[in-house]
This record gives sequence, C-alpha cells and structure tokens, in this order.
Amino acid sequence: MAAALALLRRDLLLLWRQRADALNPLLFALMVATLFPLALGPEAQMLARVAGGIVWVTVVLASLLSLDALFRGDADDGSLDQLATCGQPLALLAGAKMLAHWIGTGLPLTLVGPLLAYMLGIDLATVPTLLLALALGTPLLSMIGACCAALTVAMRRSGILLALLVLPLTIPVLIFGAGAVDAAGTGGDPSAPLLFLAAGLALALPLAPLGCAAAIRIGTA
Amino acid sequence: MTAFDSPAPPLFAARGLGFSRDSEIIFSQVDLDVGSGDALVIEGANGAGKTTLLRVLAGLLEQTEGTLSWQGVTLADGQRVAGSMAVLGHHLGLKGELTPIENLRFRVALGGLRHGMTPAIALRSAGLEGYADVPLRSLSAGQRKRTALAALLLSPAALWLLDEPYANLDREGQRVVDRMLETHCLRGGAAIFSSHGLFTPALSRMHTLVLSGVTA
Repeated sequence: MAAALALLRRDLLLLWRQRADALNPLLFALMVATLFPLALGPEAQMLARVAGGIVWVTVVLASLLSLDALFRGDADDGSLDQLATCGQPLALLAGAKMLAHWIGTGLPLTLVGPLLAYMLGIDLATVPTLLLALALGTPLLSMIGACCAALTVAMRRSGILLALLVLPLTIPVLIFGAGAVDAAGTGGDPSAPLLFLAAGLALALPLAPLGCAAAIRIGTA
Repeated sequence: MTAFDSPAPPLFAARGLGFSRDSEIIFSQVDLDVGSGDALVIEGANGAGKTTLLRVLAGLLEQTEGTLSWQGVTLADGQRVAGSMAVLGHHLGLKGELTPIENLRFRVALGGLRHGMTPAIALRSAGLEGYADVPLRSLSAGQRKRTALAALLLSPAALWLLDEPYANLDREGQRVVDRMLETHCLRGGAAIFSSHGLFTPALSRMHTLVLSGVTA
C-alpha cells in the first residue's frame, strides 16, 4: 500500500513537472466543444438539447488522448520492469496508475464538463446530474483505458489500435452518461442510468486493477 | 540421511532453462546455480540471448522449458519470491523529470531499504555526490547509470540481476561496480550479470556462463 501511494505521488509529481502536457486533454475538450456550435448552427434551443451528449463525447475523446502516455513512459525507461519485479502486488500499483490518470485527466474534465455544457446553453437544472454522471463515468474511462493501454504498451505505434480497443468498451459509459443528462433535461428520472454507472464503477474498482496487472505482465513480456 | 549430508540448497537455481520466441530458440538447456556469495557472469556475443535470459530469471518473461528454484523451492511460472531480487536492465527504470534523490526515494518505497543505507549514502558510494538535486535528464548516460547503481545499493534484495552493469561507465565507474559486487557477495548476497566480455571484473567467487547463441 505504501508503494502504491509512493507511485501515485511520483506520477502526480511527474504530472506537475510536465503540466503543459497535462493540460492537453482539457484544451482538446474545449476546442471540440467550441466546434459543435459552429457546425450545428447557433440555435440555442437545439444546442441546449444536445449539450449533454456533446460534453460526453468530448470527455470520452479527451480522456483517450492521454491514455497512450499512461504506461508508455514507464515502459520506455524501464520503470514498468521495476514495478513488475519489485515484489509489490502489481494490481495495487496498477490501481495507483489509474488513480493518477483520473486525477490528471478525469477529474479536470469532470470539473470543466459542466462549464462546457453551460457554454452550449444547457438547462441549468440538469448540471448537477451531468456533474454526478461525469464523476461516476470518468473513473470508469480511466480504468478501462488503463487496461487497454497496458496491453498495447509493447507496440511502438499503438495510437489508433488503442482507440479501437478502448472506444467500444467505453460505449456503455457514454450511453448511460449521456442518457442520464438527457433524462434530466427532458423531465425524466436520471437515477436508472446513474445507478448503472455506479454499478459499473463498483464492479470495475476491484476488477480493473487485477485486469490491468495481468495486462502489464503481458505487455512487459 | 542427516542434515549434514545434504548441502544447503543454492539461493537461485535453473535446470534445463530454455526460451523460444515464435518457434525461434533464443537459448535452451541452461543450468545455473547461484549460492550465497556467488557472482555469475553471463557472457556471449551480441544477440546471444543474455538480456532474454536475465528477463526470464527476473520473471519478466516466462521460460518455455525448464524450472527455476529459490532456496530449493521450485517456482511456478512467472512466480518470484517478493523482494528477493533487484533488477538493473538496459533501461534504468529512472525518471528524467525527477532528481536522482527523488528517483531513489521512490525505488526505496517500491523495493524497501537495506539496513543502514540511505539514498544520500548510496549516491555518495556511487560517486554522485553533489548531483542529488539536478534533474536526471540533464545528467550524462554514465551518471544516470551511477544513479541506477545507487538504487541497487539501497535494495535489501539478496540476488542482483544486472544487464551489462559496466556499460556507459568510465574506469572509475567500473571500479564502483566491482566494489559493489564484491561487497554484496561478501555480505552473503549473490549476483548474476551479463557482459559482452570487453571488461573482465575481478571478483573472488566468480563463475562464468557462456551463451553461444544458437544452441539447438
């Protein structure tokens, strides 16, 4: 456990030392969200109707952007070998990597998501639902993504392969996340999709680190 | 049979070890015994499979044939005794954005700390005094290697697995490696390391294993 905390602290320190790179997903999300009104037209009512969906697509794509780097650096400089041979439970270390990815990408996106939605003119009453959906969904994105990133780390150029692996797996998160916002916006009850997200998170919390550890073993071989 | 008749099992042993990748045999039928105080140097030309053998020994790759044992107990595929070995590979496992001392503190958190050692003492022993707070990225390849050697000094592990420990080092650095290996073995540790034969270390209890490449 102490080793996992040390890994988390190291990754956050690295994030801070490379903070210009760490901002990329946020800037990407901002750009994509800005493009939609330009393409769809400035009708406030239509934008408000699709704002939740736009924010979710943006968040899924933005979190994908930083995934390839999650294990790439550690694999290239031999740190991943050290993690695998140090005798600590690899699943805990994988969990720390996932948490670091979420703090670096998912958490800022969760906080900026409602802002983007507001920019698109979303009904303010749905913002709490969006925030809750993002808070439940972005850790799932980090965990699913980390498993796939560990699998593809042995490949030099895995960018598009990683996207092909991750995107189908994140579709449920997207559907339930956007569904919750949509339900709240149309006067429905968003609790069902939110509960599905929460159930997914509860399932992934113990299982994803184990899967990711197995993927690291395959990736370092 | 009494306990006196059976010698203590070696720390780490391999029997009939082999590894093939996509039906290409990298090495096969490797037997080795490393006891407390032993240093085993793996020699062989470039591409003879030294790195692959060390990765198999470290548990990063699973052997395709043969068995490994730790203190006489056979290890299951990929299983290693936690904290039993410290690994130094071609890639040093250090972060360029962090300073040597930050790197070492992280390695201590991962692998534990040898009794009586601190990151500062280890850096001094590796000849890096005064570089503790410089980002590793701005150090030379040899100085980075010395940082990785310092990480090795901090580790409480009994068995060292080192891939080309002498590479990138100046004469003084090579002597540092010699001294480290000598001290580690005198303390009852053991080391397995690879060398392409350009530099011959002078260690008291040293054995040599020659990998000839295609042994099939």
